[in-house]
Amino acid sequence: MNRRIVVIAVAAAMLSSAAQADTIAVVTSFPKELTEAYKKAYEKKYPNDKVEILNKGTSAGIAYVREQAAGSRPEIFWASAPDAFEVLAAEKLLQKVDVPSSGIPDKIGSYPINDPEGMYRGQALAGYGFMWNTRYMQANKLPVPKEWVDLTKPIYHGHVATSSPSRSGTSHLTFETILQGEGWEKGWTQILQIAGNCASITERSFGVPDGVQNGQFGIGIVIDFFGLAAKASGFPTEFAYPSVTAIVPANIAVVAGAKSTEAAKRFMQYTLSEEGQLLLLDPKISRLPVATATYAKAPAGYPNPFSGSIQAKVNFDSNLSQSRYYVVSSLFDQVITFRHKELQAATKAIQEAEKRLAGKANAQLEEAKKLAFTSPVSAQQAQDQAILAPFTARKGDEAGTRRKTQLEEEWSSKAKANYLRAAELAAAAR
Amino acid sequence: MTAAIALAIAAFLVAFLAYPVASVVYTAFAGGDGGLTFAHFVTFFQISLMRESFWNSLYVAGLSVVFASLIAVPLAYFTVRYRFRGAVLIQTLGVLPLIMPPFVGAVAMQLLFGRSGSVNLLLNDAFGFRIPFMEGLNGVIFVESLHYFPFILLNLVVAMQNIDGAMEESAQNLGASGWRLFRRIVFPLAMPGYVAGASLVFVKVFDDLGTPLVLGATNMLAPQAYLRITSVGIEDPIGYVISVLMIAFSVAALWMSARLLKGRDYSTLQRGGTSLQRRELRGFQAVAAYGWIGVILLLVLSPHLGILLMSFSKVWSFSVLPEGFTLAHYATVFTQSPRMIGNTLLYCGLAAFIDVVLGTAIAYIILRTRLPGRQALDSLASAALAIPGVVLAIGYLRAFKGLELPFVEGTFTATWVALMLAYAVRRLPYALRSCMAALQQMHVSLEEAAENLGASKASTVRRIVIPLMAGGILAGFVTSFITAAVELSATIVLSSSASQAPMSYGIYLYMQSIAGRGPGAALGVIAVVLVGLGTYFSYWLMHRRSAATAVQAHVPAIPATAAAQLG
Repeated sequence: MNRRIVVIAVAAAMLSSAAQADTIAVVTSFPKELTEAYKKAYEKKYPNDKVEILNKGTSAGIAYVREQAAGSRPEIFWASAPDAFEVLAAEKLLQKVDVPSSGIPDKIGSYPINDPEGMYRGQALAGYGFMWNTRYMQANKLPVPKEWVDLTKPIYHGHVATSSPSRSGTSHLTFETILQGEGWEKGWTQILQIAGNCASITERSFGVPDGVQNGQFGIGIVIDFFGLAAKASGFPTEFAYPSVTAIVPANIAVVAGAKSTEAAKRFMQYTLSEEGQLLLLDPKISRLPVATATYAKAPAGYPNPFSGSIQAKVNFDSNLSQSRYYVVSSLFDQVITFRHKELQAATKAIQEAEKRLAGKANAQLEEAKKLAFTSPVSAQQAQDQAILAPFTARKGDEAGTRRKTQLEEEWSSKAKANYLRAAELAAAAR
Repeated sequence: MTAAIALAIAAFLVAFLAYPVASVVYTAFAGGDGGLTFAHFVTFFQISLMRESFWNSLYVAGLSVVFASLIAVPLAYFTVRYRFRGAVLIQTLGVLPLIMPPFVGAVAMQLLFGRSGSVNLLLNDAFGFRIPFMEGLNGVIFVESLHYFPFILLNLVVAMQNIDGAMEESAQNLGASGWRLFRRIVFPLAMPGYVAGASLVFVKVFDDLGTPLVLGATNMLAPQAYLRITSVGIEDPIGYVISVLMIAFSVAALWMSARLLKGRDYSTLQRGGTSLQRRELRGFQAVAAYGWIGVILLLVLSPHLGILLMSFSKVWSFSVLPEGFTLAHYATVFTQSPRMIGNTLLYCGLAAFIDVVLGTAIAYIILRTRLPGRQALDSLASAALAIPGVVLAIGYLRAFKGLELPFVEGTFTATWVALMLAYAVRRLPYALRSCMAALQQMHVSLEEAAENLGASKASTVRRIVIPLMAGGILAGFVTSFITAAVELSATIVLSSSASQAPMSYGIYLYMQSIAGRGPGAALGVIAVVLVGLGTYFSYWLMHRRSAATAVQAHVPAIPATAAAQLG
């Protein structure tokens, strides 16, 4: 009997000691290399705290935080897309914390690094660009692209890859950047031309760097750390920023209703500290720190957005982005993702016609180009509440949902008809 | 005493199988006002992505059956029909794919058969064309057919062996031969076995979550169920509609296979003569047969080979073979994730332990007692076969939402206990079959003798029954353990924290980043070796057991292991 009491006492002691140590649950969409590095370094510095990584996609992460009862929520939310933090902040799931951040400027270009409301903080910076497989390029004799517009050239047909903005926040930012940099109509023309050259519109954003890394695709449109990390891991890939790109922060926030806010603050502070920022330079992580001083310790050739080595001509407007978020995603899916085969065929036919005509003006070809590479939504319509509103309709708003389905169906069938007609016209152009 | 144990088992099964599944089904039909409605199903078919996913799942499952049949039917025919030395090879072929969880091999297949994979690079160099093995859904079909064809092979071999040779002779006397003989006589008679195998392949492919996720083909039903529940939220009815559709397809296919397997008896009834006559392979036939087996063997081994190469390679990109080999990935795994290997051993060990305890108890109750309603226990435990892993996991999330356990931090579904119980419930049918078989082979007179000598019921069970069943119990334990170790469907839904995650989830996590591919492959190799050793061990156990008791097992040991892999 005595023995049993001892066992219970020991068990109780273990449980209570376990309860004293603070557990910091971190919901994140970041890859294992990054989370593992922070967990290890942080736990070494604060041996009494335990970091618990909950690896979830951004939207799964939001759902997870939302579904936990206040008091048992995770401590930290850490992800790229600023929109995700806006959603959480709007639902009062984040809390404002006072964590000093010396050495971190307020803005990158004209984009605020930290949330002006103070609900979340920029922890690293990310820009978009392209990554290419040097062996693939060599085998297919492809020149290295410099700007987005290069990807519309016939030589790249079937060698490019990107992912759909509806499935990945990072690719949404990429296309929104093009739209803001080039303007709505010109931007869509460019996006449609690039998409027409794509070998595949992948289901996940990771599908793109993965495909470039193993040589399935020649060039991929990716967020910088994918490109930099692949190169640093020894793969025959390169990465470059085009001049129309945006640098936006990847963020970190303390969740409201977390078990231990104090520990959460400690962790957040750590990620923003000199030590925490330095971890970002690890070749397998390769992210851009927000602390300017950290770049002094970076290896030669490491991109520095504060020094002007990345020319970002676009000042990203997140309000504009948010106002048309769902329209851009849905439009992309209806006219590109779901109609990719037709778009590819039309693009191919147009490129062949151009080659055949060798610069001669041809009405049929012009008509074909117009049909294939014009967005069914005009710049004016893109600001129209009648089009924007149904896409933000709440669940249960049946009229809104119906209108949305109707619009999507309209875009999709119009796109299909246009692509087929464009292919016919281009094939007939002599 | 027995009644109390039976009740306890029933309570366990109701709590962790029937109730979660019922809550999934209920949610799919529940209207906002508490009534029942079909509205969610209507909504489901109104969403174009869902319609697309539904058709994609049917298409992938259907074509996987076709390709699996193309591989399996000739192989089965060779073994039964001809006297030749490939029998061992074919037996090996029946096991090799099964020890490799398809999601592990999927990534390696991209490097071998992808757009710029080894095979296509060689093809393009030599002939200037490529074959789109891995483009979109093709990849899923390719990987799944290679993984699941043994189900058709093994069932078909058994069915063909049971055909009465007189049937064939009569047909030959009436002038049929060659292809006509096969098409009109042999294949129709073996049909039940074929359909049983094919329906299993269909269900397994239809339910698989890991392979489409790893290959990035998310527009299918299982990935959509997972994505809806995890990102839209636990209240989203569409996830439950998908779950109900998946259960319906599983139940229908398993019911069909069970019915047809029963129907197989008609051929054995009129047996008495010889089975199919075996022939020698002649010249070109031998070449064709060995050639085909060689090709299949190469294909079947390719995921194994690919993952092994990946785990040792420094860089493998746009080249036929990786350049530079390293042990660094294994070092990464052992420094970063020894905990995951430990977790797998702990969870699967506990799950398998629960399975054999329950399995032994249920077997004893069914075979040795006259408890009313005892068959219901068997049916309930076996029902787990028809529940896809992702559905059971969603059921846990739904049914035990917010349930807090004493002494444990966090909710029940956030702890590993939920994961371990899901493993136990899903693997129980295999352990149960194994325990039943062991008890059936033991004559009841041994127990009577013990009781005559004054032993109580309890001590008879403890000192006579269990020791004599030990072989079967151990085999059941191993089967439960190895199948749980490589299951991803329930794991991925129920795992939330990285420190509590088992190996299968670890492999998935690693595979999500570029630098993680190597360590992911290394962890995959470790899992395959673990499962391979386990399979060999259970095969050896069963073999030894059947030899020792001199009971000629009707079904060969390999199909038994294969059937166990149904997880």
